[in-house]
Amino acid sequence: MALLQIAEPGQSEAPHQHKLAVGIDLGTTNSLVASVKSGEAVTLPDFKGEHLLPSVVRYMPCGNIQVGAEARTFASEDPYNTIISVKRLMGRGSEEVNALGDEAPYHFESNDGGMPYIKTTAGAKSPVQVSADILESLVFRAEEALGGELVGAVITVPAYFDDAQRQATKDAAKIANIKVLRLLSEPTAAAVAYGLDQGKEGVIAVYDLGGGTFDISILRLNKGVFEVLSTGGDSALGGDDLDLALAQWMAEQLQIEVSDNSISRYLLEKAKWVKEQLSDADEVEALISLGEENYSLTVTRHQFDALVLPLVKKTIRACRRALKDAAVDAVDVLEVVMVGGSTRVPLVRAEVQAFFGREPHIKIDPDRVVAIGAAIQADVLAGNKPDSDMLLLDVIPLSLGLETMGGLTEKIIHRNTSIPVARAQEFTTYQDGQTAMAIHVVQGERELVSDCRSLARFELRGIPPMAAGAAKIRVTFQVDADGLLGVEAKELTSGVESRIQVKPSYGLGDAEIAEMLKASYLNAAEDKDARALREQQVEADRLIVSLKDALSVDGEKLLNADEREQLGWEIEKLVVLRNGSDVIAIEQGISALSKASDEYASRRMDFNIQKALQGHSVDELGESK
Amino acid sequence: MDINKNYFDFIGLPISFHIDQSLLADRSLELQKTLHPDRFAHQTEREQRLAVQYMAYLNEGIATLKAPLPRAQYLLHLKGIDTISESSTPVEPMFLMQQMELRERLEEIPELEEPYDELESLLEEVDDLLAQLRERFAQCYESDLESATAVVRKMQFLEKLVTEIERLEDRLDG
Repeated sequence: MALLQIAEPGQSEAPHQHKLAVGIDLGTTNSLVASVKSGEAVTLPDFKGEHLLPSVVRYMPCGNIQVGAEARTFASEDPYNTIISVKRLMGRGSEEVNALGDEAPYHFESNDGGMPYIKTTAGAKSPVQVSADILESLVFRAEEALGGELVGAVITVPAYFDDAQRQATKDAAKIANIKVLRLLSEPTAAAVAYGLDQGKEGVIAVYDLGGGTFDISILRLNKGVFEVLSTGGDSALGGDDLDLALAQWMAEQLQIEVSDNSISRYLLEKAKWVKEQLSDADEVEALISLGEENYSLTVTRHQFDALVLPLVKKTIRACRRALKDAAVDAVDVLEVVMVGGSTRVPLVRAEVQAFFGREPHIKIDPDRVVAIGAAIQADVLAGNKPDSDMLLLDVIPLSLGLETMGGLTEKIIHRNTSIPVARAQEFTTYQDGQTAMAIHVVQGERELVSDCRSLARFELRGIPPMAAGAAKIRVTFQVDADGLLGVEAKELTSGVESRIQVKPSYGLGDAEIAEMLKASYLNAAEDKDARALREQQVEADRLIVSLKDALSVDGEKLLNADEREQLGWEIEKLVVLRNGSDVIAIEQGISALSKASDEYASRRMDFNIQKALQGHSVDELGESK
Repeated sequence: MDINKNYFDFIGLPISFHIDQSLLADRSLELQKTLHPDRFAHQTEREQRLAVQYMAYLNEGIATLKAPLPRAQYLLHLKGIDTISESSTPVEPMFLMQQMELRERLEEIPELEEPYDELESLLEEVDDLLAQLRERFAQCYESDLESATAVVRKMQFLEKLVTEIERLEDRLDG
């Protein structure tokens, strides 16, 4: 057995390889993937040179799946098997989905957990599965373009996404076999793309007018922390509505009778083209040919502006409301960032500029800006920039709490609390001899449970019978860096406990995810065992490399010679196992080495804390005297 | 492990009710930069879990030390007195009377013609009372734990009242 080589400080064993990581904007209408290449964040095109991937998935009877533009062409021909705007369904319960009506014109069925499945010719598909198919397509594109396997991805979600919606997004990534480095809020990503996280502290407005949705987010940057002060918008207002207004006007002008869907689609496409031309030109001539008839119509920007002004004004009113919710005035807004293809419309820019009284950021392609911001963070998180100071601290957008007597909400973690965070609260029984307690976890700001979103329910059983009020039940909420919640309940006198990773209300159970993962292995016709082995080897490598790196930095300082040697042997054991092909042995080896290095990991953490606080302590002690 | 340290020591501040907020903010940021799980995103899951634990402890510590009431409660907790989860809190009858009067005023606000004026003056009054209590706590918590505990209970009452005043303001705006 070869002795372990410990590299000199600063001289790592292998030159630090550039790790492939991407940012993914999983949008309602379109999705994108971006990566940092040669120091610059760029979106990655498919083999046809298209950057935008329409968020459309079509399921065919033979089991084949189409994703993107190809699928979109079948939207009206094969509407029940062609899923568009699936993002609107993520993390939603059956009732909510039914309430969407025309926005989700599919056939649904419910599973036991209340999560809606879409009936397609290829079987029932959960919204999570549909999103996973979109993600897979993007990952495939990225791996082709970058020439290697991805270490992970940063995926963006709207700032207002609650726990269930975030969890659904993360589950989709899991099914698509992507390691999520972080879920990042879309407006934060846009601000990062413009480097605003490095800039002046203050209030930032992110105006996002996409194809079918409008979002306004008011953020505050304070000491490197982006805090979401408020969000607002209209989930059914976007560029498509501008096209519709123009198409209707054109039909009126030309006295065209819109007698069927194909004419209406044709006119919409023309209108979209006219709209795009008018971003640069003052007037444009549209040639319209319908069967025998040929028409020509000149549209000026002035005419177009007059048509869409009411829609644009509607977005401005939403901005005003969002500012009011955030308790800031328009003059307090330091930066305005434009996101979404529809912000190319000059009238939109002009109205936004007039309202906020400052010129908005438009330099980066508004369709790509979110993906670009996500790619910048992915690059840092993958460890490609060890010297980077960038850190985005996040807050939870909505308060988390429990149902208490009388259907009231008791907040445990308030909105805008920095995450990750853990917080405990004690409750007691209200009946003599009560042996179980129902725990209902909710999210929202309202006092009544019925006005909040229900996240999960579980029961703590086996409480020993006691007088009312004698039992002490500690409920602990833990929110991770992605804003995902775990809840634990424990009766303190007896030690009975129960825990849950929140998601069952609308989410997929672990068993369902495992099932889908299995299905995706089968689809990919990939050997499951080979994949499992590969995964364990990657995890083993990660552990080995990070330990060796650590030892070269502070091994001498934090461990004595015996400890160093012992750890060296432990590492070497895993190196040997890792080069074999026994999955279970590698897994056991990883946990053995993890355990052997636990003490060292803690010492490192404590040492880092001391280091972070040092430098201060000396002068400040002086000051206070 | 440092997680066993109290929040003051963990963040590197002297144990005291008076806190230098800007120092707290600087230290917090420094530690958040060191401990945030993002710093460990490319490392093993175990290290990330450890970071989440530390970071959660840090964030809880920051939240506790930042605001006066949780800070006071925490100082008492360090001395073995639990004021957070106790269900019945004995207070002086005088104080109780005062509370009832303040609450009556709050309840009558929605019927007033100029509700905002009264809302504001009520809030100012409560803020004054709170400021006095904080001063009192700072003076006595080291020498006279019994009085300090009584002061914290009063603070709890008043902070609850502030929440209710703010809630009413939201409703009036809404």
